[in-house]
Amino acid sequence: MKEFTYQRPADARAALRAAGQAGAKFIAGGTNLLDLMKVEVEAPTHLVDISRLPLAEISDGRGVLEGGLRIGAMVSNADLAADPRVRRRYPMLARALLAGASAQLRNQATTGGNLLQRTRCYYFYDTSTPCNKRSPGTGCSALNGFNRIHAVLGASDACIAVHPSDMAVALAALDAEVELLAANGRTRRVKATDFHRLPGTTPQHETDLENGELITAVLLPSPPAGGQVYRKVRDRASYAFALVSVAALVERDGDRIRNARIALGGVAHKPWRAQSAEQMLIGAMANAETFRAAGQAALAGARGYGHNDFKVALAQRTVARALADAANPRKV
Amino acid sequence: MTDFHLTRRDVLGSGAALSVLQGNAAVAQTGKPSPAKLDTASRTRTAIVTFKVNGQQQRLDLDPRTTLLDALREHLGLMGTKKGCDHGQCGACTVLVNGVRRNACMNLAVARDGDEIVTIEGLGNGEHLHPMQAAFVRHDGFQCGFCTPGQICSAVGMLAELRRGVPSAVTPNLASSAMLAEETEIRERMSGNVCRCAAYPNIVAAIRDAAGTAGG
Repeated sequence: MKEFTYQRPADARAALRAAGQAGAKFIAGGTNLLDLMKVEVEAPTHLVDISRLPLAEISDGRGVLEGGLRIGAMVSNADLAADPRVRRRYPMLARALLAGASAQLRNQATTGGNLLQRTRCYYFYDTSTPCNKRSPGTGCSALNGFNRIHAVLGASDACIAVHPSDMAVALAALDAEVELLAANGRTRRVKATDFHRLPGTTPQHETDLENGELITAVLLPSPPAGGQVYRKVRDRASYAFALVSVAALVERDGDRIRNARIALGGVAHKPWRAQSAEQMLIGAMANAETFRAAGQAALAGARGYGHNDFKVALAQRTVARALADAANPRKV
Repeated sequence: MTDFHLTRRDVLGSGAALSVLQGNAAVAQTGKPSPAKLDTASRTRTAIVTFKVNGQQQRLDLDPRTTLLDALREHLGLMGTKKGCDHGQCGACTVLVNGVRRNACMNLAVARDGDEIVTIEGLGNGEHLHPMQAAFVRHDGFQCGFCTPGQICSAVGMLAELRRGVPSAVTPNLASSAMLAEETEIRERMSGNVCRCAAYPNIVAAIRDAAGTAGG
C-alpha cells in the first residue's frame, strides 16, 4: 500500500474542503477502497474519513420525496436491509442488499460506498495487465481474454466490465435519486439510473459525480404498487457477485399487468433498466409467455464476448422468472 | 500486553521479528483516551489511535496504513485473530467492533479510534471458555483450527444479529422479526467465514448448540 495521510473531519463541509486537495479520496466503510489500495489499483495520498459524518439516518420526515424515504449515505448495508420500512415497502431493496457480500461486510459497507464500488473485473485488479479503466489508453484485456463475468449490454471496445452492486440494481428499478453535495454548498439530485455511466471511450469515468462532490443521501420515492422481487444468479448460493441479477416489480389488474419495472445487474457497466420491456408488459396478460417475451426484449441488442455468451440466455430466463415471481406477491 | 513473546514464525523471518520488536516498542498503555486528534483538520504522518481491546484501553502510534488486523497482531501481540486472505473474503480475521462483527483486515486501525474491539482472546481463555468456544469444542467444530477464532467471533456476532431481528437472504418472511438459528439461516449468515477443512457440519452443530436451537 502506498503512503497516505489521514484525517477525520467533523462535518460534511470540512470533509469537502479536505477532499479538494490533489490525491485526496473519501473513505467510508472502505471495504472496496482499502482492498484496492492493498493491490495499488487505488493510491490516494490523503484519506478523508467520512464514516462518522452525521449521515447515518433513515428518515421519512422532512426533505423526503413524497411518501418515500431518505437514506443517509453512511447508513450501513446491514442497517438499511434491516430497516422495517425498507423490508415492508421496498422488499426488493432489502433482498438485494441481503444478497450482497457477507454479513461482516454488510455491517461495514455504506449506502454511498456501495454505489461507488468498482468493478471486480480480474484485469482491473491485476496491475500487470492492460486496462482502460485503471490505466486509460492501455487497452482492454477482457475483450479477448477470459470474460466469463463480463458485460453483454452497453459495453464498448474500451471496456466490458460490469458494475458489481446488487443494491444499485434495486435502486434503479425503484426510481431512486442520489443526493450530492459540492464544496460550494450546492446540492443536486441525480436519478439512480443516470448516476452510473456506460463505458464508451472513457471507462475510467464511472459516475456522474463531479470532482469533490460527496454523496449525502439516496432518496426513495413512494414505492410503486405491486409485487417486488430481487433474483440473483451466481456461482454459489451465498457470498458471490451476480452473474445475472434482476429486480422486478409487477402490478396486476386481474389477469393483466398494470405496471412493471425491470432492472438487471451483472450484465452492464451500470444497473440496466429495461424500459422497453417494461412498456410492452403494460396491459399484457400476466402469463409465462408474456414474461418470456419480456425477457427477450430486455436483452435486445445483447452480445456475448465468448466466455460470457451464456449470460444472454441466462438473463432472459432470469427476467422471466423474476417477473413471474413478482406477479405472485405472496413471495417477497 | 507489553510482554515480549517470540514465536516460531517471528524467528523464521528476521523481517517479521523486527516488525514485532518495533511494534511492541510502539505500545504505550495509558489509562486515558488520547485527545481527539483525528477530528481536527490537521494532516498526520502517523496517527495516535486509542481504542479498547478486550476491555483494556490501548494507545498506539501507527502508520495510517496499519489495518486493525495488523494492529492487533503486530502491535498488541494478539495472535488469535488470523490473517487469511487479507481481502475480506475469508473471515479468519473477524472481530467484534462495538459488538458488531467485522473483518479486521478491511478496517484501518485509525478509523476505529474510540471503538471497543473484542477478539477471540476477549471472549474467553483456557480456563473459562465462552459458551460458543465450549460448543465448538463439544462438537469438534474445526480441524486445523486456523479459521476457528474468526468463526467463533462471527458466530457470536451472528447470534446478536438474530436477537436484533436482522434478516438474511434466506429469511422467508421479511416482515417478520422472529428469526431462529436454524441450519439454513446459520449457513447463509456464516457464509463470510470460510473453512478450508470443510468442518461446516460441526460448526453449524456447535452454533445451534450455543444458540439453544439444536434439534434432537
